[in-house]
Amino acid sequence: MTFDFSTAMAGARFSNPILTASGCAGSGKELSQFFPLSELGAIVTKSIMVKPRSGRATPRMAETPSGMLNSIGLQGPGIDQFLENDIPWLKEQGVKIVISIAGESVEDYAVLARKVRGVAGITALEVNISCPNVENRGQVFACNPTTAREAISAVRRNIGGEVPIIAKLTPDVTDITEIAREVVDAGADGLALINTLLGMVIDTNTMFPKLSQKTGGLSGPAIRPVAVRAIYQVHAALPDTPILGMGGVASGRDAFELVLAGASAVSVGTATFGNPAAAMVIKQELEEICIQRGFVNFRDAIGFAHRAEGGDGE
Amino acid sequence: MDFPTINPKAQQFDAEVLSNKRVGSYNHMVFSVDEIASYARPGNFVAISVGGPGTSMVLRRAFAIYRATVKPDGQGLLELVIAPFGNGSTWLANRQVGDLVNMVAPLGTAFGIPTEPVRALLVGGGYGSAPLFALAEVLKARGCRVDMVLGASSAAKIYAPLEGKRSVSSLTITTDDGSAGTHGRVSDVIPGIIASSNIEIIYSCGPMAMLSAITNISKERGIMHQCSVEESMACGIGVCMTCVLPVEGEDGVVRMTRTCIDGPVMDGSKVIWTKSREIPDGVWGK
Repeated sequence: MTFDFSTAMAGARFSNPILTASGCAGSGKELSQFFPLSELGAIVTKSIMVKPRSGRATPRMAETPSGMLNSIGLQGPGIDQFLENDIPWLKEQGVKIVISIAGESVEDYAVLARKVRGVAGITALEVNISCPNVENRGQVFACNPTTAREAISAVRRNIGGEVPIIAKLTPDVTDITEIAREVVDAGADGLALINTLLGMVIDTNTMFPKLSQKTGGLSGPAIRPVAVRAIYQVHAALPDTPILGMGGVASGRDAFELVLAGASAVSVGTATFGNPAAAMVIKQELEEICIQRGFVNFRDAIGFAHRAEGGDGE
Repeated sequence: MDFPTINPKAQQFDAEVLSNKRVGSYNHMVFSVDEIASYARPGNFVAISVGGPGTSMVLRRAFAIYRATVKPDGQGLLELVIAPFGNGSTWLANRQVGDLVNMVAPLGTAFGIPTEPVRALLVGGGYGSAPLFALAEVLKARGCRVDMVLGASSAAKIYAPLEGKRSVSSLTITTDDGSAGTHGRVSDVIPGIIASSNIEIIYSCGPMAMLSAITNISKERGIMHQCSVEESMACGIGVCMTCVLPVEGEDGVVRMTRTCIDGPVMDGSKVIWTKSREIPDGVWGK
């Protein structure tokens, strides 16, 4: 029997479950030199804001053990230029497109959703309400059930009925299932778990924080256990809500771990910085692992770690 | 609108270490790279995966290409000068002949070569001298006069191999501690050389403070200045957005610009050199 590697999230279908992670694939053009983008389940674009954004000052990056801190600060051209320049080129590549949006206010999310609503051929909308690199931690919508709900409601009211909404959450909260319930109740069709964790590195030579804005988002294999935990908890709490899993996935084995926890698809982020072809390597390895472990349909592996103990596995 | 993307010749491949020799504070390494060598231009760089399987170092390391040549039998050689000061560069410097390392190359912009013979000054700081010798060869082949200034903190950190100096009409050394050449900085000796050699263009590679100082000198005198900048990178291929600098575009707008794509070689007069850890006023999207 041939292995079925396709997956689905809230009505959006993907030929395979490996996607890029927002902010880790440039415009797409850069990576297209290393593999055809159409080999991806989908490309998730950088989180785009209403207006052009310079991002933060350098240093923006510090390597950490099995990871890195970044404080890019959502550098980008703003939604209008992005839709005009980036999206048409991506469409020509024959890759499914998940647009990621980020706002500074609830009204921003409404504006962004209305802009995306007018664009044909978008597979899903990732609503990033959890970027840690904002001036005021109080602006991290996903840290608070009320603001998380408001942002997602604004998108829901303005996006129309066709494009699924995936809310991207932070693990930097006491109970991620509480936030997950709020945003699903507010109209999110799926969840992206997890964004980076807030961290800091101090340069022991200069004796100052290494990043210009002091804090940054921690990503890479160092945070993978946090991702697995968050996905597992949310999948247990909301088994019918599809999860786009991410957080330190660097191999097919890692992707499989997130799938077992409950991810319906997996985004590859920081691994791409170390290996431009990481998504393709991970895709092939994941398929091999699924087949080796006896799965005929990839979707049967989703959340498999939640099965009753003592079962015979398959 | 088209948007800039990576060097169209860039490929990802495993390269075998053919030679690895200690030279002063540095390692001179030669890699076997096939046809990639014929695409590399002075100023281009490589991004190398370090640490081996299971490593905790997740990011690539960027190195300027010292020299790229194709042997008569078609074998491509890529030479790098490594300063082993961090865990990643130390790992690379410890590779043995026959080991494989994963590279993405060639990356970034190259030094612009004038169509007419000009009088050029090449300035290198520390192992920033590495890409300048291949540049000197190209310029000399075009009939240019090439003067060179190399500066470092001390004599051991001057990288100036004998074979590299063949294309240079004059070589001036400066050291911060006076252990070789002139006691001082490259910016102390550059004005005199510009005047005596009627320099028309400066090419430079080294620390940002040095490039900033050279930009001031070249602007005052109306001399072109192409510099290879050094901003820390996570990926080298334009996707991580960490290696940005404020740079004025052709439309006069200053944007945070990726030095791995629009650099490392940039027009020094277009870079907004700033020491502060802030986005300068007037930058697009601030």
